[in-house]
Amino acid sequence: MFEQHFPVLPIVLPLIAAPLCMLLGRSQLAWLLATIVSGISFCIAVSLLMVTLDQGVLSYALGGWEPPWGIEMRLDVANALILSVVTGISTLVLVYAKDSIATEIPQSQHTLFYTAHLLCLTGLSGILTTGDAFNLFVFLEISSLATYTLVSLASDRRALTAAFRYLVMGTIGATFILIGVGMMYMKTGTLNMLDLAARIGEFEYNRTLNTGLAFILVGVSIKLALFPLHMWLPPAYTHAPSAVSAFLASTATKVAVYVMIRFIFTIYGAEYVFYSMGMDVILLVLAIVAIFNCSFVATVQSNVKTMLAYSSVAQIGYMILGISLVTTAGLMAGLLHIFNHALMKGALFMAVGAVFMRTGSADIKAFRGLGKTMPWTMAAFTIAGLSIIGVPLTAGFVSKWYLVTAALEQQHWMIAFLVLIGSLLAIVYIGRILEAAYFKDPVQSASDKTIKEAPLMMLVPMWILAVANIYFGIDTSLSVTAADAAANWLFEPSAQAVFQSASQSASELGAAR
Amino acid sequence: MSFIVDYYNYWIVVFLMMAGFYIVISANNLVKKIVGLNIFQTSVFMMYISIGKVQGGSAPIVADGITSYSNPLPHVLILTAIVVGVATTAVGLALVVRIKRAYGTVEENEFEDKDALI
Repeated sequence: MFEQHFPVLPIVLPLIAAPLCMLLGRSQLAWLLATIVSGISFCIAVSLLMVTLDQGVLSYALGGWEPPWGIEMRLDVANALILSVVTGISTLVLVYAKDSIATEIPQSQHTLFYTAHLLCLTGLSGILTTGDAFNLFVFLEISSLATYTLVSLASDRRALTAAFRYLVMGTIGATFILIGVGMMYMKTGTLNMLDLAARIGEFEYNRTLNTGLAFILVGVSIKLALFPLHMWLPPAYTHAPSAVSAFLASTATKVAVYVMIRFIFTIYGAEYVFYSMGMDVILLVLAIVAIFNCSFVATVQSNVKTMLAYSSVAQIGYMILGISLVTTAGLMAGLLHIFNHALMKGALFMAVGAVFMRTGSADIKAFRGLGKTMPWTMAAFTIAGLSIIGVPLTAGFVSKWYLVTAALEQQHWMIAFLVLIGSLLAIVYIGRILEAAYFKDPVQSASDKTIKEAPLMMLVPMWILAVANIYFGIDTSLSVTAADAAANWLFEPSAQAVFQSASQSASELGAAR
Repeated sequence: MSFIVDYYNYWIVVFLMMAGFYIVISANNLVKKIVGLNIFQTSVFMMYISIGKVQGGSAPIVADGITSYSNPLPHVLILTAIVVGVATTAVGLALVVRIKRAYGTVEENEFEDKDALI
């Protein structure tokens, strides 16, 4: 009875809890409420993933208005998988945040942090579950506005300018998406994604739709920080509070990658985007340039958070590379990397946050000798770092393996080779930090303050993610099955034909109108 | 010529969009950037309203003897988008206020210089 409302609960629960956090007024209470709500959302998301793996698609008509007229919440394996990741990371980050923000955000703003975090979670869950193109834009802006606030909460004044730059870029991106959705609506008269897909399929080649697609792809590329449009990301992740960096790096850009997948594969169809418009070549080139340029820039950074931010942009390149291969295997590798990258970047940013808390700096010099003074934090950092490099028995290896296999399947020897070279660059930038931590002596600080291990509340979520990196590197059954099912589902147009009858009746109504 | 006259509303949209975009890119003052962003967003609102017009259609209110109505849906959509735009402006201006407090200026090149000193 209650279960029928599950698809909408990951949106509604945080949305209701967000103002409550503000009203509670006490940091501890707000933390407890936010963590519990996020945890419940995670449980619901996992149960939804199980249901979708079992039955395929879950549709929920919001407010009882039947799609395509009302807003539809539509869950398939692809978004249920990412929804589980986002809500799971959100819960872990909230557990971690309690001690982390105590040193980084003024006491009076703690409740604001939890409120903004929950609003951001609302937006991200909304983007993932909605089946309506305009609704997606609204949720995108809810999450983005919350993100700008979260970034600006840091006490460093450079966080303000980073947040402002992010706001300008993010708003331009969102407005581009709005223009694109408007053009799709202009031509098709509908906003429901599957209805759009059915009607766009009727056009062979149409200038309005092409322009709309161009606007949407550029807009989404800004949001997901695809290579030439990524300049807002490094300052925002560097100066944001550590808990915020950990949450955003592992969820926000991933959700934007999902939006791109959704628009390309579900709405326009791979054939239209790749064969008629040749987008695959553009994405492929940008992805490879992203991997190389940003991995290289990462190797010369002295601030570890900036380095990880550039590494994020490079990892997004791998995801886009998977998409641009235009095969089920490639898309599956991309989806798998979304999942795995969330695990590794979450753990890495949490470890850096712990170091920042104890040493007061995220500079590479501060990492010297931490292998002795903060052994648990650095061990977690090492595991997640190895995962980013793609060492066997870690999650990163699995997704790179599938990516290389997908490239070889199509005889793209060059691409497979370039992916491997990209991993070598990752060895360089992760290696620099490991070297500083394990092979250099601690800096003699002027104060006699000895560096202690991070508090348990920060170590536990960090280690859950680090262990998850190993677990999903050895037992790949869940992640690979889900990513495989999702890729097949997205690629298979017949799976989406179920909706045909309903969209036909909508066309009749449109004609009558 | 008729290409320009018949679609004059879209030409206004294009002009406003490019003007707003240019201000966002070129302005050095953060408040001006926000203004540019607003002009940019407003042009999209106008585009949506233009889509909703049906030739010869009346306002979408049910009345006797009227068979053709304009499409009300774009208006509803844009009402939502206006709210989003207002919220963005509010967050943006709040950030400008805090930047002014932290740096003592809202000129982009000036506070970049100040950060370089750290």
